[in-house]
Amino acid sequence: MPTPAPLIEMRGITKSFGAVKANEVVDLSVAPGEILGLLGENGAGKTTLMNVLFGAYAPDAGEIFIQGQPVRITSSADALAAGIGMVHQHFHLAPRLTVLENLLIGIPGRSGRIDRAGGLARLAEIRRQHGLTLDPDLPVSALSVGEQQRLEIVKALFRGARLLILDEPTAVLAPTEVDGLFSALRSMAAQGLGIIFISHKLNEVRALTHRCTVLRHGRVAGRVDDPANTTSAAMAQLMCGHEIVPPARGPSTPGAAVLTLDGISTSQHSGTALRDVSLSVRAGEILGIAGVSGNGQRALAEVISGTRAPDAGRMTIAGQKVSGFSPREVQALGLGRIPEDRMTTGLVTNLPLADSMVLPRIGTAAFSSKGLLKPDAIRAFAEAQIKAYDIRCPGPMTRAGALSGGNLQKALLARELAFDPKVLVVSQPTRGLDIGAARFIHEKFLDMRAKGCGIIVIGEDLEELLVLCDRIAVMYEGRIVGTLDSADATVARLGLMMTGAEGHS
Amino acid sequence: MFRLEVRTSTPAWFNLALPLLAIAATLVLCSGLIALAGAGVLEAYGVMFTASLGDSYAITETMVRAAPMIFTGLAVAVAFRAKFWNIGAEGQLLAGAVASCFVGAIPMPGPLAMLLMAVAGAAAGAAVALVPATLRVKFKVDDVVSSLLLNSVIYYALMALIEGPWKDSFSGYPISPPIEDSANFPVLLEGTRLHLGVVVALIAAPVIWFLIVRTTLGFRIRVTGENPEAARYGGIHVERVLISTALLSGALAGLAGVGEVGGVHFQVMSDISPGYGYSGIVVAMLARLNPLGVVPAAIFLAAVMTGAEAMSRATGVPAFLSDVIQGTALLAMLVALLFTAYRIRRVGAAR
Repeated sequence: MPTPAPLIEMRGITKSFGAVKANEVVDLSVAPGEILGLLGENGAGKTTLMNVLFGAYAPDAGEIFIQGQPVRITSSADALAAGIGMVHQHFHLAPRLTVLENLLIGIPGRSGRIDRAGGLARLAEIRRQHGLTLDPDLPVSALSVGEQQRLEIVKALFRGARLLILDEPTAVLAPTEVDGLFSALRSMAAQGLGIIFISHKLNEVRALTHRCTVLRHGRVAGRVDDPANTTSAAMAQLMCGHEIVPPARGPSTPGAAVLTLDGISTSQHSGTALRDVSLSVRAGEILGIAGVSGNGQRALAEVISGTRAPDAGRMTIAGQKVSGFSPREVQALGLGRIPEDRMTTGLVTNLPLADSMVLPRIGTAAFSSKGLLKPDAIRAFAEAQIKAYDIRCPGPMTRAGALSGGNLQKALLARELAFDPKVLVVSQPTRGLDIGAARFIHEKFLDMRAKGCGIIVIGEDLEELLVLCDRIAVMYEGRIVGTLDSADATVARLGLMMTGAEGHS
Repeated sequence: MFRLEVRTSTPAWFNLALPLLAIAATLVLCSGLIALAGAGVLEAYGVMFTASLGDSYAITETMVRAAPMIFTGLAVAVAFRAKFWNIGAEGQLLAGAVASCFVGAIPMPGPLAMLLMAVAGAAAGAAVALVPATLRVKFKVDDVVSSLLLNSVIYYALMALIEGPWKDSFSGYPISPPIEDSANFPVLLEGTRLHLGVVVALIAAPVIWFLIVRTTLGFRIRVTGENPEAARYGGIHVERVLISTALLSGALAGLAGVGEVGGVHFQVMSDISPGYGYSGIVVAMLARLNPLGVVPAAIFLAAVMTGAEAMSRATGVPAFLSDVIQGTALLAMLVALLFTAYRIRRVGAAR
């Protein structure tokens, strides 16, 4: 049976870090014109495998073939020369340079001068072939996140990539942008490119890919030959090794309002300002805040968390008026906070995990007295939370940065929930987490809801919000454009409101 | 072919091994210079060692030199923990020396004079460190540049003082009048220069260690240094922490100057510090910013300084070698620190 020679084939790839086998005899192949989904929980070895393919790590064993020829890839330059392009989750762009200049970085010019005409011609060709449009003279800092991603893809194609690796490309995109990305990827595949698509979102994988390879604990756990006709549950089971049941949100009996915002406005400081935002969360209720990123969610989270004072409006926590908008004040009134960016805002990656777990309350009697730390209390607290939340780490003195995203999020959740908050504000609670960890976080939210905590979830993943929330408010350009009971809400309706199409309600 | 790979964890023994590795590399690198100067490498290092640590008197001399560098080393270590880049320990030391000399020249009972000298010197050092810290907190001025440049300002202000209004009328040299005899720090061992200030320096190290590791201020300093954004989110007043750190750092550097005035020179002259403030940076880096590590690191540099003079006399190698060793040790340590975050892998060999 004649099958086309695989564009790329990895055979028996093994890579260990100390005692940890990140990849163990992994085989993977992509044919020309094929979109391969690469699935696996965090720590399953997807990133290591792709880093081996892209030349960042040398495998301990195993071989890589390109169109049947064995190749050795020891640097990203080798990978690029072999026609492999990678779009990382975090973009590698120079924000002050223009689109064209970013494309020409590292490309030899003509007699020491930048080959502008040649670059423009190549860019036009890529636009014609794949419909990827970009203004060559705009600085990268003026591009939206979706456009920056498009630029990363164009950059790979610009360098002659025949295989494109995308690491969780949809995590940063709005629903409409996801559609655009998918149609571009499909057109690229139709022209013979190979694509490796890494994602946690099974519905996207089912919609886009032709075939999937699933990793678990560094090994190939299984392959899916017909993702479109395979259920998400079956795929999730391959990834986790056990069945995953979505959390069930029981009926709620909301109590009194525990958090109210009344006419909150902020000045344009960084990002979109809030304009006259009013909302309230009741005890035992989960309120979702949906919206395309950059529509004021960050400012909203900052105001509620006490890291930014509004210019106008009032806020109450558990009936008490917030006057100073400091982290310590909102915390003392009973607010728990989980920031959007775990690594930069939530934790101190270079210090022991225990330090991060007590950071917001270090000055309280629980962890210090008269300016002296209580090291035993700090350690005991961290150990208890590590146990209670099943945070996988060698111990409380482990460097926080060594933990996986899911475990870090558990640690951040633990440090707040341990103090029984009356209100909890979280941004992007499960971004970048695998199914198992996300499931754990969701269950905790529902537990807290049952205990009468009011929760406000700021997120972009509509499916997640629909599962979790009792009500969903939609933000657009710094305003709340409407609030729906989740019974009335659908992805389509929310998506429409997110574009500002539906007026005030 | 070799390449650097990111480490997931750093073994604990690295804390000791890295400085030793850096020092070994330094001695090997500098042996070339000794050979160029026409001396035997082992002989030169041998003289350096015996002259600095070979007998009890040599050891006391080395300790006298180590004391100011323990203080400046602590000053830099504390500041760098908070990522307040204080390159100004030299100027803060000089300010501390001037202030303590001024107080020490006022007749009063000895113990009171010593206490007030310490207070005045620490306050002067802190006041100088406050300048770059305030500029950074209020106006986002780069603290490396401002604290470094301030050293020259203080140095020339001191020169202007001792060449002008403060010139010792008795000797006629550009030196300040001496402090009162009663304010001279007591000598602890007859026939040596080992003074009270050396003991204070040795006590200061564990005190600062305790402050960094066991107090809420120390916690805030560490967290602010490692991640100011997380610190702010966690309710820490980052600006306030930076100012407190600067005051503490400047006070420690000021105490280095107090010790030199009260225990060694008893007056202020233009060369009261042979760059102890800058050496403090080397000391702090060798100590990996650990206050307890500052003591051995300072003793090492002090031994190099004392030993270099004897080596120069015995072998003819210029005593400037001491500065070369210091500079090389700093560079070697900075390279060695790379291994805490990365490891070297051989690639391409396995096949």
